[in-house]
Amino acid sequence: MSVPSIWVNGVSYRYPGGARALKDITLTIEPGSRVAILGHNGAGKTTLVRHFNGLLTPTQGEVWVGDFNTRRSAVEELSGRVGYVFQNPDDQLFAKTIQEEVAFGPRNLGYDSSQVKVLVQSALELCGLGALADRHPYDIPWTKRRWAAIASVVAMDTPVLVLDEPTAGQDARGLERLRHLILQQSAQGKTIIAISHHLTFCAENFIRALVLRAGEVLFDGDFLTAFCQDNLFNEADLQLPQVTQVGLKLGFKQPVLTIPEFLAAYRQYLSDRTVISEE
Amino acid sequence: MAIIEIENLTYTYPVENFPALHGVNLRVEEGEWVVVSGENEAGKSTLCCIIAGLIPSVYRGKLEGTVRLCSLDVCQASRKDLIHRVGMVMQNPFHQISGGRFTVAEEVAFGLENLGVPRPEMHWRVNDMLAQVGIAHLARCSPFSLSGGQQQLVALAAALVMHPEVLVLDEPTSQLDPQASQKVLAVVQDLQKQGLTVVLVEHRLEWAAEFASRLVILEKGTICADGLPAQVFAGLAGRASGVHFPAVTLLGFQARREGLWPAGRPLPVTIEQAVRGFRR
Repeated sequence: MSVPSIWVNGVSYRYPGGARALKDITLTIEPGSRVAILGHNGAGKTTLVRHFNGLLTPTQGEVWVGDFNTRRSAVEELSGRVGYVFQNPDDQLFAKTIQEEVAFGPRNLGYDSSQVKVLVQSALELCGLGALADRHPYDIPWTKRRWAAIASVVAMDTPVLVLDEPTAGQDARGLERLRHLILQQSAQGKTIIAISHHLTFCAENFIRALVLRAGEVLFDGDFLTAFCQDNLFNEADLQLPQVTQVGLKLGFKQPVLTIPEFLAAYRQYLSDRTVISEE
Repeated sequence: MAIIEIENLTYTYPVENFPALHGVNLRVEEGEWVVVSGENEAGKSTLCCIIAGLIPSVYRGKLEGTVRLCSLDVCQASRKDLIHRVGMVMQNPFHQISGGRFTVAEEVAFGLENLGVPRPEMHWRVNDMLAQVGIAHLARCSPFSLSGGQQQLVALAAALVMHPEVLVLDEPTSQLDPQASQKVLAVVQDLQKQGLTVVLVEHRLEWAAEFASRLVILEKGTICADGLPAQVFAGLAGRASGVHFPAVTLLGFQARREGLWPAGRPLPVTIEQAVRGFRR
């Protein structure tokens, strides 16, 4: 089976009785890529990703997951290809134990019991839930429940993994775990798509930025190019990472995303200043 | 005058063996804005429930030590006495929606209605509060049809409309984008300047540090740091605390290690402080 990519072709979506949430969106997501979807509340981020696994089908246009047209496929057919982690774990969890919850997906995809065991074990470990396997999902704190929701989707071992706001409510350790999970899954060749307001985290761990505004694609390209576009983040009502902002205010020639990049550019800035003052 | 006084507090949830908080001492003066942070499960939400008077009256469990809010002992005071004085926005706004009302406006009016506030005043206060938090256009919607971020704004309006003396916010902006979050914090800041006492649990200290005068860090149920944000960060720098430092503070810390930030200069907490410090 080849890894499917996602093709969104001229998609518009209108909620029943509501406003148009997506307007004529066309894009392709290559296998193995890491894409961060950014935008203001209500920009259409969640609506877009819910088209990737057939939870929503377009009002106009079509979405293809590999060689499946989502309009003509059942959610069950797509669930083996695109794993979607909901923003709110309480929308997703239902089983009596974490273990059961995480085993539900792979079991329903038809893995045999020994494979299910391996998948569940590795997903639990990746998500730091090893010690909580026998607990009831609603007896553990909300942040852990989020990890249970992530684990239950990771265990399905789908070629595409979609995470809706995985950075929300995470402490520093949680973000580190998330970073590890994304890079580990990516190293296995999976396509990782995440919605997040955490621009710094996205810039550090994703390559492609897809910026939405009011249901339209405002920008689609790599993060560095995004940061070079003067007004992009203002227009999208997004805030640049703090380190990038400090660099811009100091007048660095190139936008910087990370602390090492900042410090390298700052050394250059200091030596330029020395040259000017010597002249 | 101290509006929140917590002395030698140890609290254990009903079915648990280990206390969620132990040996906690905290005094908050009237009009202060205290940000509480720390890793997941450090006891932040438990502390919120205690300050809001939900423990031990609602959650039970075993509480030792004393907790006084506006000079009332929370273990003995009635809900009715506390409800005027303290408002809370829970981590998951969904848990807070009464479910007994059909529209956002009715939901926000719920508390006032129960206190028997006259109708004209109630309408005025509700409409004013919906406008202040920026959800006037949602007044006629069902609270259950809203996004997580919008529900957080409803919960905030419902708490503020009661005109509490103390406002407890448990990650009130976790589902909002940065612009909307800052708007919420600006509304709270206006009220704080008029004398409201604010306790805010927040991981994203990038913004919180700009508003707060005081930062309290919890670790495994005890307070491990309490002071000005810059001092607290300086004390915690370089050790694993689960605290999500502002990116500019981490930048300052790394720059200092590499000799690009003078050892004597305080670490930056805001973008402006970083720019001033790096500019030569």
